[in-house]
Amino acid sequence: MTSFMPPADRNWWKVPVGRQELIWIAIALVWCIIMFLMMPLWHVYGKQNLSTEAYQTTPAKFGAKVEEMIGKYKVGEEAGLPIVAPPVGSDVYMLGRLWQWYPILKLKKNKEYRLHLSSMDWQHGWSLQPDNINLQIVPGYDMVLKITPDKSGEYSVICNEYCGIGHHTMVGKIYVEE
Amino acid sequence: MAEFRVCPDSGFYFHKSAESLMKVNAVVGIVALLVAGLLALGVVLTRWQEVHWLPADTFYMVLTAHGINALIFWIIFFEMAVLHFASSTLLRCRIATPKWAWAGFFLMLIGAVMNNVAVFSGASSVMMTSYVPMQAEPHFYLGIILFAVGALIQVFVFFGTLVVAQQEKTYDGSVPLVTFGAITAAIIAVFTIASGAIILIPTFLWSIGYVSHIDAEMYRVIWWGLGHSSQQINVAAHISIWYLVAGVLFGARPMSEKVSRFAFLLYIFFLQLASAHHILVDPGISTEWKIFNTSYAMYLAVLASMIHGLTIPGAIEVAQRGKGYTKGLFEWLRKAPWGNPVWSGVAISVVTFGFIGGITGVVMGTEQINLIIHNTIYVPAHFHATVVTGTTLTFMAITYLLIPVLFRRQLFLPWVAKMQPYVFGGGMTILILFMLGAGTMGVSRRHWDMDFAGAAMAFEYPAIAYTLMAVGAIGGVLGVVGGGMFLAVAVGSLLFGKKLEPSAGILESFAGKPLAASVYNIDKPEVLAMAPKLKEEHHKGFEAPGTFILAMLLLVTFVVYYFINWKYLASVWPLG
Ligand code: HEM
Ligand SMILES: [Cu+2]
Ligand SMILES: [Cu+2]
Repeated sequence: MTSFMPPADRNWWKVPVGRQELIWIAIALVWCIIMFLMMPLWHVYGKQNLSTEAYQTTPAKFGAKVEEMIGKYKVGEEAGLPIVAPPVGSDVYMLGRLWQWYPILKLKKNKEYRLHLSSMDWQHGWSLQPDNINLQIVPGYDMVLKITPDKSGEYSVICNEYCGIGHHTMVGKIYVEE
Repeated sequence: MAEFRVCPDSGFYFHKSAESLMKVNAVVGIVALLVAGLLALGVVLTRWQEVHWLPADTFYMVLTAHGINALIFWIIFFEMAVLHFASSTLLRCRIATPKWAWAGFFLMLIGAVMNNVAVFSGASSVMMTSYVPMQAEPHFYLGIILFAVGALIQVFVFFGTLVVAQQEKTYDGSVPLVTFGAITAAIIAVFTIASGAIILIPTFLWSIGYVSHIDAEMYRVIWWGLGHSSQQINVAAHISIWYLVAGVLFGARPMSEKVSRFAFLLYIFFLQLASAHHILVDPGISTEWKIFNTSYAMYLAVLASMIHGLTIPGAIEVAQRGKGYTKGLFEWLRKAPWGNPVWSGVAISVVTFGFIGGITGVVMGTEQINLIIHNTIYVPAHFHATVVTGTTLTFMAITYLLIPVLFRRQLFLPWVAKMQPYVFGGGMTILILFMLGAGTMGVSRRHWDMDFAGAAMAFEYPAIAYTLMAVGAIGGVLGVVGGGMFLAVAVGSLLFGKKLEPSAGILESFAGKPLAASVYNIDKPEVLAMAPKLKEEHHKGFEAPGTFILAMLLLVTFVVYYFINWKYLASVWPLG
């Protein structure tokens, strides 16, 4: 009755709060604090933490880096795309554009690489399957992260940010070798 | 001049101009829902891979229109009606500057139509987020801008009405809790619309060539100031309605005015800032800011929702126990009016919003966990639990309450109304749960083809992902049927519902004309008195033990599901 009437007590803010509510608020607050702590803790003990390294770039500049890497380390071709096997620990590039992930990468298991990602045109979603790692790829930004593929096999990169009519044809590849 | 009427059934006072505005805003909102619901059928029947109904270009156009009509036009039009109700009707006050409110309404209408024209012409299939640099036609943005300006005007009329009520002393003491919640929604709306203007006006200028470049990341950060906080308007609005329904149906009084109002205040202070969870996997966003923003800002708002989650059912439990339903922990709940769609709608809404929408939202809004969820179909699944089974179902429930009171008609096909929350809530819950599952398997959102037909290289989802999407789609179809049932009852009532005295015709309902002049025979409503005092202070023990058990159940589910997701995260490629 009183939810749509003025409070019964003119000084409602002075009315003491019941025990049940206080207990619940305390429990909920503790849970919120635990959830907060999990994030910094994962930065210390966890292995999946997105880097914040990023640079402003342009499609031309980023495209040139990609081509430079392909020129040096190309080892083959598949479906018209170059396959590139860059050295362990090096800077590795992959670009998104309408509608492909370019080029195909060949990486070594349990070795770290510095992966650079950017878009040549619209926004794209870098979605590594079946591992299910998802990143937002924004034009004008070179996003750098250290990755360590820890399982060998064939991975697909699909696009999960809508990028026009060919969005569903945007499938890339990463091979991870022993 | 007598301008008020009192509803003989509910005792609510209606000011003539406010009443008209509530009607037109609600009716136009419901039309937008009709459009969105029809489009939803196209969306689910395409995402159901075995059916795969629409061609790609139509699908993306339909999905854009579905998102905008449902999330923006349906919900915000209806919210304008809620604001006028929470100010003018609840405070028994004349509406301030009704002409301005009408101007706001028409601007919104023009904007909504303009935007739909742009989308259905086919050259603006950019999704409701309209991320740059993909470009829509100029009138796509202009439509949204006009709509937002119109909404802002109506929000200011709401504030004006509050001032009038205070100056003309139409109520004693402080504003009721429901109005307080509506004020929360309105304050957040102002912030939201400001963010929207900051980003959409330059984007509009860019679309007509006056601005040469809009930074794509900056767009995302500011756009989500709009996109995220507008969801807090919805939360504040539908929680206010939960309190209203608890009061109207059960005579429930808030367990503590202080706690409930404090929880609304937390929304104002924190929730609207917490937009970082949409950009957790974007390039170059600092870790500190992400953690600060998703925890300090978001968790205090989560705390607020957890508080409402206890105090609303708790208030109902206390009221029911007071009526003698004291057996065991849950007699009060069993004896609730489950055949009344106002109650069943709100009850399903509370449960799905809390258990599904709330928990999934917090989990995917965790800085690192977002890596395994961002842009998968998990995301739309989450927000259908918040804005569809949460907000939309609540608005449907309150519509059943308002049809006799505001439109003076009995419910048409009451047995359909009785089943509707179960069909709609049940169907949507199936859709939501199975799309959550598919998202966990990596199925992408906003995606026409799970088979990747035409791609240079093949990729196949596991077979189970197809099954999950198919079952989800069946739930979605059921949801659309439930939506159709709502529309049949709502529109049917206005057309064919038995007239109540004083009665309303079709023009009064659809065009917002007032009733016969003689009906408005009250000059000045009686001053709204403070709620009666309780006889004894019973704040000693556990007044609502059943609710407490339910709350603990929520917490346990939350904790378990939260850590399962950390475990899943730990299994993917290390990255840093
Ligand atoms: C009537 C039953 C409904 C069904 C079956 C349904 C189904 C869906 C599905 C399957 C998607 C995801 C498509 C994709 O990403 O590929 C979607 C997207 C969406 N829906 Fe619904 N929906 C319904 C009602 C609503 C309502 C009532 C609202 C808002 C209040 C809503 C808001 C949205 C929004 C905002 C999107 C996102 C569009 C985008 O990604 O830009 N839906 N809907
Ligand atoms: Cu794409
Ligand atoms: Cu948000």
